[in-house]
Amino acid sequence: MDWAALWLSVRLATTTTLVLLAIGIPIAYWIVFSTRRWKFLVEAVVALPLVLPPTVLGFYVLMAIGPLSPLGRAYSSLVGHGLPFTFEGLLIASVLYSLPFAVQPFSAEFASVDRRLLEASFSLGVSRLTTFRRVVLPLSVRGLVTGVVLSFAHTLGEFGVVLMVGGNLPGVTRTVSISIYDSVQSLDYAAASRTSLLLLMLSFIILASTYALQRSVWIRARR
Amino acid sequence: MDSRASLTVHTERRFASGFTVSPALETPVSPGSILVLFGPSAAGKTTILRQIAGLDRPDRGRVQLGDEVWCDVERDLWQPPQIRRVGVVFQEPMLFPHLTVSRNVTYGVRPQVRRRDGTSGSDPFEEIETILNTADLRNRFPRELSGGEAQRVALARALAPRPRLLLMDEPFAALDAPTRVRLRRDVRALLRRTGTPAVLVTHDRTEALAMGDTVAVVIGGRIRQLGSISEVFSHPADVDVAASLGVEAVLPARITAAADGLLTLSVNGVELHVAQREPMPPGIEVYACIRAEDVTLELRSPAHASARNHLSARVTAIASEGPIERVSLDCGFVLDALITRRSREELQLVAGAAVTAAIKATSVHLVARYA
Repeated sequence: MDWAALWLSVRLATTTTLVLLAIGIPIAYWIVFSTRRWKFLVEAVVALPLVLPPTVLGFYVLMAIGPLSPLGRAYSSLVGHGLPFTFEGLLIASVLYSLPFAVQPFSAEFASVDRRLLEASFSLGVSRLTTFRRVVLPLSVRGLVTGVVLSFAHTLGEFGVVLMVGGNLPGVTRTVSISIYDSVQSLDYAAASRTSLLLLMLSFIILASTYALQRSVWIRARR
Repeated sequence: MDSRASLTVHTERRFASGFTVSPALETPVSPGSILVLFGPSAAGKTTILRQIAGLDRPDRGRVQLGDEVWCDVERDLWQPPQIRRVGVVFQEPMLFPHLTVSRNVTYGVRPQVRRRDGTSGSDPFEEIETILNTADLRNRFPRELSGGEAQRVALARALAPRPRLLLMDEPFAALDAPTRVRLRRDVRALLRRTGTPAVLVTHDRTEALAMGDTVAVVIGGRIRQLGSISEVFSHPADVDVAASLGVEAVLPARITAAADGLLTLSVNGVELHVAQREPMPPGIEVYACIRAEDVTLELRSPAHASARNHLSARVTAIASEGPIERVSLDCGFVLDALITRRSREELQLVAGAAVTAAIKATSVHLVARYA
């Protein structure tokens, strides 16, 4: 069992989820409440990772953070080393890769809050931002939980993007899915089977407990 | 608020369907008074209300309360609903489902105000909660309330921040009849007590009569008539307004006595007997509604007849409506009677003739005016 790879994957998934929570909520808010005509373009960009092959996404991320790009040069002159094949580089790629899995459940839930509740809040003198915090967010718990769980689970299982951007450095960028691939490549089917089973169980437990939790949230809201 | 303040809504809004709402409204709003926006459904009443609230923007024109301009499209002025300080009550209560009744009521009140009044010992919401009877509901969640209770809480929530104006869009339409009647009375009392002026959208004429001081008749997106309730109901500006108001004469009256299920009214000094349908104590103000087809004309008062009311009247005008003639009468107040042409010929009625108008006590419909 490659515990280092598992630990790395959990760390990556947790950090990615936290970052997505921080940037996904404002993006979802903007998508739902903006009246800009061109917001469909932003929606399309956010949804791209759903349809793009991970290798394509990984390739562009690698180009964008590599030593040939301004971003990559700025980063390496600041920190002293480049982004590719590091945990930070992996994090950037994961956040982009899982963006729709956070933003779409968030925005779907925000949009389902009755507009008249917001109007009631506005006419009671409460600003748009405070209304979002006091009314929209508390009524969107289900969507937030869904987004968080999907982002976490999706990052835990990512393969192509990690391989493109992170490579296969033990303890640094070798995530659990790459470890399984390695085991199979070296014909160590026993190790691959152990790790796969663990990942399967972990994913199932996360999803099952989320659905159970949502069920109780739902029942409480409708009782 | 300034008792001379006036509300101006002079706007235009064109919808994709081609329907245009272009009210030209300017009316004083005095503390505790209610302006009724009355008219058939889809006439544009709600659009006007939402423009006052700042929830909808007009394409053109101006919305103003007193000397505060809330919206002036031509001068590019816009005040969001947050700073207009208007309370809004919709047809559905629209309470925040994740907050208790108590937190719903104080939602629009700044935390400092909530605390300061709490420590000084006086509860700023006590009066509102007492009149609306919501004090016992404080710890409940909206899903645990009946329709009437929820709407009471919605009213308390709208009034708690002391709005300059309360806007109500068919607030009682979704309630059952007894709840509706009680709530109308309580809301009227509360507005009087707090001195809050209000705008009420309704298509229910009983509600308009019971609650309104001033009425604006909205038809086809325009304000067709504006005036006091008795003025508008007794002198509709045109046929459309008359049709939307209904066919009855609406007479301001006062109940002077009640006995044996029979009420005695004074209409402009003239006594009228009316069968009692619901409890109404002597002394209260009502509107007496009489349909023209329920008024019969006689040359002299018969000794025995079932009609309780025999009023001496003078014919002021006769208008022909096909085989039916509309006879306008002055019997101390203005009343119309519909009779056939044959009857008119037999009675030899002409303008200026003296007749007796008979009205059955059961033909008079009363609407209490809440003080």
